[in-house]
Amino acid sequence: MTHTTSSKGTRVLGFLSLIGIGWVVALGLFMSPDDFVQGDLVRIMYVHVPMAWLMYLSFGITAVGSAMYLWRRSQWWDLVAASSAEIGVLLCGLALVTGSIWGRPTWGSYWEWGDARLVSTLVLFLIFVGYLAVRQIPAESHLRSRRSAIVGLIGAVNIPLVHFSVEWWRTLHQDATILTPDFDPKLDDLMLFTLFLAMVVGTLLYSWMLLHRFRMAWLEEQLLEYSLDDAIDSRRAEATTQEVIS
Amino acid sequence: MGSSLLSESLLVFRKDLQIERRSRVAMAQVAPFAFLVLIIFAFSLDGDLATLKRLTSGLYWIAVLFSALLIIQRAFTLESQDGVRDALRLSGLHPNAIFLGKTAAIFLQIVVIEILLGLGVVVFYSAELTGWGLLLATAAVAPVGIAAAGTLYGVLTAGLRVKETLLPILLLPALAPLLIAATRTSGSALGEVAVNGWSWFNFLAIFALLYVGLGLIAFTPLLEES
Repeated sequence: MTHTTSSKGTRVLGFLSLIGIGWVVALGLFMSPDDFVQGDLVRIMYVHVPMAWLMYLSFGITAVGSAMYLWRRSQWWDLVAASSAEIGVLLCGLALVTGSIWGRPTWGSYWEWGDARLVSTLVLFLIFVGYLAVRQIPAESHLRSRRSAIVGLIGAVNIPLVHFSVEWWRTLHQDATILTPDFDPKLDDLMLFTLFLAMVVGTLLYSWMLLHRFRMAWLEEQLLEYSLDDAIDSRRAEATTQEVIS
Repeated sequence: MGSSLLSESLLVFRKDLQIERRSRVAMAQVAPFAFLVLIIFAFSLDGDLATLKRLTSGLYWIAVLFSALLIIQRAFTLESQDGVRDALRLSGLHPNAIFLGKTAAIFLQIVVIEILLGLGVVVFYSAELTGWGLLLATAAVAPVGIAAAGTLYGVLTAGLRVKETLLPILLLPALAPLLIAATRTSGSALGEVAVNGWSWFNFLAIFALLYVGLGLIAFTPLLEES
């Protein structure tokens, strides 16, 4: 019995992430050049863009996990959805914060209502904060799972609605740098490499966090089950001893 | 089957309206609350008619949304008392009929509030109602979306101890696109903003259809639990 949620695999993953973070810091903060227009400010991109990408990945996994739970009714998928949503909300919050920090010197304000993606990300953040709130409500395990799965799926359906409405409402965001239809990166080679590396490292780190969070959630569920069994057993034992005494 | 779904929905619809007719909670409490919201906006915006007139559609829809929240809360408080929820499940009514009936009852109550608030903005904000076609279309379709989403999240939170606080944080982000679209359509009808109101109206219609569809899919498993 080990007192840890790590395994050989996650240790390797964690180690690789750590090395990767060091590498990204070195490249991002020191070695990559300044941007022609934005100067040093461009460096925040190396954390902001991976966070935004991983946020979509984690909410995507939550949606898949929710759908799979409703289909298969397996607790495994429910806990995957839950773990991924927690990390997603964290990343979403960080993406908003880093975006604001970048926005202050660029736009002159922390918040810009004209930026559609900023606004829709905020709504997305609130939708999944709601999902986490639903998860926290004490209920029988399968009830909580089903309720959360439905909220998670409706949340996912909301994403395009929010996206289009806000996009249409206003728009000002930096055009997507990498995911433009005709791939025409305006970035220096080393900047582009740093960004890709940051995204790869971010994904490793995300996987590492997800595995640990999932194992923790799994253990919590087991603990709940076992402690109930234990309590029943000890009550039974009590009853038998009393019978013997009397 | 189709006709029985319709008649069962009507049954639930009439039940909710009858309770409202006897208790008069929506009329005696929600309607005054809606006016109160309009008046509080005027207080906080310095009672400046020019400002209020310019912001009419935004303030109007916020007042509608807040009042709708109360109506939805009320619609599910009804079901959580005295084991009504179990009674509904045991009644053999199809869950979709319950969804449609409750949505329709909430819809109708929101429409009444909309009309009252419409009078309110004319009187208190000296709004001049123009673009009647678009205004009426918006007033008819937006509450379908609000009522369908509200019924969906309402049943989800009904019976929970934290329902008063949980419903707004689930429902309001989901209704954010609707709020934008409704504000745009009525803003365009009133000449506040130069946008194509009818394209936003289409968005409202899609929103309403989507949530009615989601409700029909998700209501059965949601009602079974609790």
